[in-house]
Order: sequence, then structure tokens, then C-alpha cells
Amino acid sequence: MKSSSPLKWFATREGLYFVALAVLLVVLLPLALDPFRLNMVGKYLTYAFVAIGLVMCWGKAGILSLGQGVFFGLGGYCMAMFLKLEASTPEATAIQSTPGIPDFMDWNQLTELPWFWEPFHSFSFTLLAVIGVPVLLAFVIGFAMFTRRVGGVYFAIITQAIAAILTILIIGQQGYTGGVNGITDLQTLNGWDIRTDEARTILYFVCVGMLFLCLFVARLVQNRKLGRILVAMNAQENRVRFSGYDVAAFKIFVFCLAAAFAGVGGAMFTLIVGFMSPSFIGIVASIEMVIFCALGGRLSILGAVYGALLVNAAKSGFSESFPELWPFAMGALFIGVVLAFPNGLAGLYQTYVMPLEDKIFKRNKGAQLEAKPAEKAAEPKPTAEKTPDYDPMIDSYSPEKS
Amino acid sequence: MFDGYTSSELMSIFAMQGFAGLSLFSVFVLMALGLAIIFGQMGVINMAHGEFMILGAYTTYLTSGFFQSYLPSLFGGYFFVAMVLAFLICAALGAFVEWLMIRRLYHRPLDTLLATWGLSLIMQQAYRSIFGAREVGVDLPEWMMGAIQVTDLVELPINGLFVMIIALSIAVGVYFLMYRSGYGKKVRAVVQNRPMAEAVGINSAGIDRATFALGCGIAGVAGAAFTMIGSTGPSSGQAYIVDTFLVVVFGGAQSLIGTIVSAFGISQAQSTMEFFLSGSMAKVLTLLVVVGILMLRPEGLMALKVRR
Repeated sequence: MKSSSPLKWFATREGLYFVALAVLLVVLLPLALDPFRLNMVGKYLTYAFVAIGLVMCWGKAGILSLGQGVFFGLGGYCMAMFLKLEASTPEATAIQSTPGIPDFMDWNQLTELPWFWEPFHSFSFTLLAVIGVPVLLAFVIGFAMFTRRVGGVYFAIITQAIAAILTILIIGQQGYTGGVNGITDLQTLNGWDIRTDEARTILYFVCVGMLFLCLFVARLVQNRKLGRILVAMNAQENRVRFSGYDVAAFKIFVFCLAAAFAGVGGAMFTLIVGFMSPSFIGIVASIEMVIFCALGGRLSILGAVYGALLVNAAKSGFSESFPELWPFAMGALFIGVVLAFPNGLAGLYQTYVMPLEDKIFKRNKGAQLEAKPAEKAAEPKPTAEKTPDYDPMIDSYSPEKS
Repeated sequence: MFDGYTSSELMSIFAMQGFAGLSLFSVFVLMALGLAIIFGQMGVINMAHGEFMILGAYTTYLTSGFFQSYLPSLFGGYFFVAMVLAFLICAALGAFVEWLMIRRLYHRPLDTLLATWGLSLIMQQAYRSIFGAREVGVDLPEWMMGAIQVTDLVELPINGLFVMIIALSIAVGVYFLMYRSGYGKKVRAVVQNRPMAEAVGINSAGIDRATFALGCGIAGVAGAAFTMIGSTGPSSGQAYIVDTFLVVVFGGAQSLIGTIVSAFGISQAQSTMEFFLSGSMAKVLTLLVVVGILMLRPEGLMALKVRR
């Protein structure tokens, strides 16, 4: 898969798709949108990080986590804590009864900074924590669950419960976490004002850069043997186990990877939106993240980016004009994606657009050969009659090229 | 955490909170029974279960309104009519949903989860459009108001007792249906070995639909009972859904007794701790303990040993 020269890769079909996305995000959208809208696109893109993680975790490895909001939130809160401490200098908070601590702590009669806030004075620690905290939690959860071979629906429910726990905890411990309002009124990042239009545009580009970094990491994983094992595990877990692989270790790895992506996304979210609150991490938010991934195509990392963009754009569009219709549209989307096109947009693209591309561009034989099996595998077959006992994942979607 | 209470006060606190926990227990049992039947039978997680419950609650609300306007003399008995109606309406909708989408997804349990979540969003918004976003409550018939004074510190509200009686009788009913009837035998046969059950002539697709409808119907009854102790809003169902899932999983998916035991444990733990800690911390602690135990013992408290 890896060509000898990195430049050549950009001329392959996969490379061109990456280039197309880059052109869209770096050139077209910034030119077409005013800074406010661009900032919103930046916000949508932070969800794309989570969606990419879910493609790896759910699409490839078959582990559905309904708690990705937890990791998104942890990353976001780590960043928000740092920014809040920076905004709460003794001078800026002189009117409080205890100057120098965040305002909501003062409102809740706290007189000193809690111990777990202390390290967030350091920027380098914060950067570490943005990835480290979510990964650590994912490791603990993953280790406990996967070594005991808990999977499928059980895992989904337990991750959902963890999302519930974290939300209730944050809302309940108002003095330590800012409660239901979250951590608001963030101003500067190392002295750089993040609220100006200029800063927001720069943050947008930083976000796009990070997104591509994550995309390349995900691509690296999926194209290696590692990625093949993940897919194999999804289809026939026991065969992989009997072949001598430690299935639990691979699952823990991919779950941690998804958590790391989500953490980065959360931190970017805090920077771009300017605050962090429990409403972005709860059960509802977490499960919405799954639909970003499902709409884009659960096996395609690029599809996940488009899925996150589209769903969120539709959400703001609906919420602006017909707020009461949005839940209907969202519900229909969940049902439709699952029933009608389980491979999402990427699957539709593979079935309908790719053959057209082949015709138009008369691609060389190598590329055609490469594309053929993918098309075949992507043919919709959700209603196929299968023997319904045994492993539920067996029939599903083509674990072929995304 | 027990400082400053005398032992007799502590006893009364436990008794009072224990009873408060019992009404939570009733709601958990009613919701979890329906969920456990569906989950145990088909491995399907119905995320819209809470919304089915709320459908039952709204049915009760409408029935009580109807009785108030047209049959005020029979108002004392409206609840029983409402319960039957709630069961029928929810079961019918459940059968329809099963036919429409669930049956296409049996081999993809995770996708069912997402599809039913979509359904729950639609149902919630439908309630919001029809009944408004505000919570509605029903008027209790007179015989259900008041409380029984047990000691001078402990009193038991009658509506809470009544709901508990409903919960337990439905639990007993489900037990007989599952373990003492021909239908139950078929259900258990399908759970244990679907191809063999089909081979001996059991219509497993029909059993699936009936079971899903039954689970939804019980959710409807749960909703009817729920109106007796709380008010109903479009998203009330969602507030309970995670706890109910945990109750089911914690109890061991295919064990009815396990479901009841875990509903009892979780509700009692939560309400007893609520007295000493803030409500949110009590919930966090309870959920954490449950998740912790599930991590150590993923098969739940009472797992059915099935060879897969």
C-alpha cells in the first residue's frame, strides 16, 4: 500500500480524496465563509476527531462505545481548566472574596484551589493531560472489560453509564467543575487572546491541521497488519484469538486510540468555542457522535469527517429555522442510516460514484482492479437471509477498503 | 456520615428512605421487566423503552381527563382502565415497531440500539408537539391519597404502596407467563437454541414479535403506574433509561429474579445514600459501584448458564 515516494501517494485515488478534503477545508470554506461561520465549521470539525476514533473503534474493530463524549469532555475540560486558571489572575479576580481562583469556585464558597486544579497552571502538563487523561480512563475501562471478554451491547451500556456518571458528577460538584454552566469566560491562551476573529481563524487552521494528523495516524493504523487484525477481530473474534493474537490487547489499543482522538477534539472544541460544559459530554451528546460516524460510513475515516460536518451543519440549519423538526430529522437519520444504508455516505459513494469516476477518468488497470472488489463488497445487503444464531457481526458490512 | 443521629433516628431514617427507595424500586422493576424480557429474549436493546413508558403515562393522563369530563362517578376506578389501555396501546405500537425495523436487525444488535435511539428521539419530539414541553400530572382518585401512619416518625404514602403492589403483581405475572405457560416455554426454547426451536416447529419470528410487544406493553403499564407517583414530561423516560439498563445488566440479562434483586439493591442504595449525601453524589456513587461490580463480574448477579 505504501508507495516508495510520499509524493506519488497523492496521485493515487486515496491520496486524491485526502487532497480534495484538504482543498475543501483549507481553501474553499475559509474563502466562502465569514469568520463566524468558519468558527462554526471549526466546531463541527472537532467532532470529526471523535468520529474518526469511532470509525477505528466501532467500524473496524466492532466495539461500539456510547461514551465517547466522556473522552471528548475530559480533553475539553483539561484545556478549559488551563484557560480558566490563566483567566483567573489575582488582578482580574480582585473583587472576589478569594482572589486568584476561578469565579465559580468563589461563588461556591471555596477558598483555595482544589489539588487537581494545581497542575493545570502548566501548559505542557495540560497538553499532556488532554491526551493522557482520556487515554488513561479508556485504558482502565478497556482493561477491565476486554480482558473479561465483555463486548457488544454490554460494553455499549456500560460506556453509556460512564457518560451518565461523569455528567452527574460534573453537574453535582459545582464548586470544583463549574456545574451545569461549565467552565466559561475563557480568554487567553498563553497570553494570546482567543476571542478575536483573527485568533479564531488561526485556531480553525490549527484544528484542520490536527485533524489531518489524526487522519494520517488512523490511516497508518488501518493500513498496517494492525488494522487488518482489528477488522478480522470484528468478523471472527475467536478465529483471531485461536490464531494466537491477544484480542483484548488489540481492543484496548483501539479504544485508547479513539479516546486520544476524542480528547484532542475536545481540547480543540474548548479553544474554538471558548467554553466547555457538561451538555457536550452527556448521554445524548455521546450517542450523537456515533451518528456522525455512521452517516459518513462506519468504515471510512474520511467519511467520518464529512459525516460530522454534514450532521452538525444540518443541526444548526434546522435549529435556526425549524427547531421542532430537528429531533424528527435526527431520529429518521438514525433509523435510515441503520436500515437503509449501513455503510453510510462512503458506502453510497463507493457503489454509485466510484464506477462513474472509473468511466470518466479511464483510470489505469491497476486502479480498476483495486476498486472492483470494494464495489462488490459494498453492495447493499442488509436484508440478506442469514442463519440468525451465532456471531452477530458476521454478515454485516464489507470490512474491505474504505 | 452517621454522626449526630441517635440509633432510633437512624432506624426511622432507614425505614423512611427505604420506603422512598421502594417507589423507585417499583419504577425500576416495572421498566426493567419489560426491558429484560426483550433483551433476554432477543439480545435487543430497546433504547426507546423509556418513551414507551411515557406513552403509557400519557395514555393514563388522557384517560383520567376523559373520566373527569364524562364519567366523574367512576373516577375512582379510572386507573385500572388506563392500565389496560396503556398496555394495549404500547403493545400494539411495539408490535408495529418490531415489524417495521427490529426484525430486520436481529443479527446486528448494536445497530438496533442506534435505530431505537432514533425512534426515541422521534417519539419524544412527538410528545413535545402534542402534549407540550411542560410536565403533566394526573389527579389521584381519593382512595389513593393520604398515608398510613406506622410509627410517629414513619409514614407510608398509599399511592407508593399501590404502585409497589402493581409492580410486584406484574413481576409475578411475568414469572408465570415465562415459566408456567406454553408461550413461556416457547420463549425459553428460542432463547436457548433458536435453530432447534425452529426445527421443532416453533414460529420464532412470531415469538419475537409477541415478546417485543409484551415488553413494550409492560413498559406502558409502568408508565401508567409512574403517573401515580410523579409527573410526566416528554423526556421523563430518558431520565430512567440508563439506570434501567444497568438494573437489567446488573441482574444478569436472562434472569427475572436477578432483575428484581438488582432493582431492589440499586434503588435502596440510591435512596438511602440520598439522605446522607447530595442526590447527585448518591447517584454517582451507586452507578460507580454498579459499573465497578459489572467490570469484575460482567455476567451480572445471576447469570443464566447458556452454552453459546
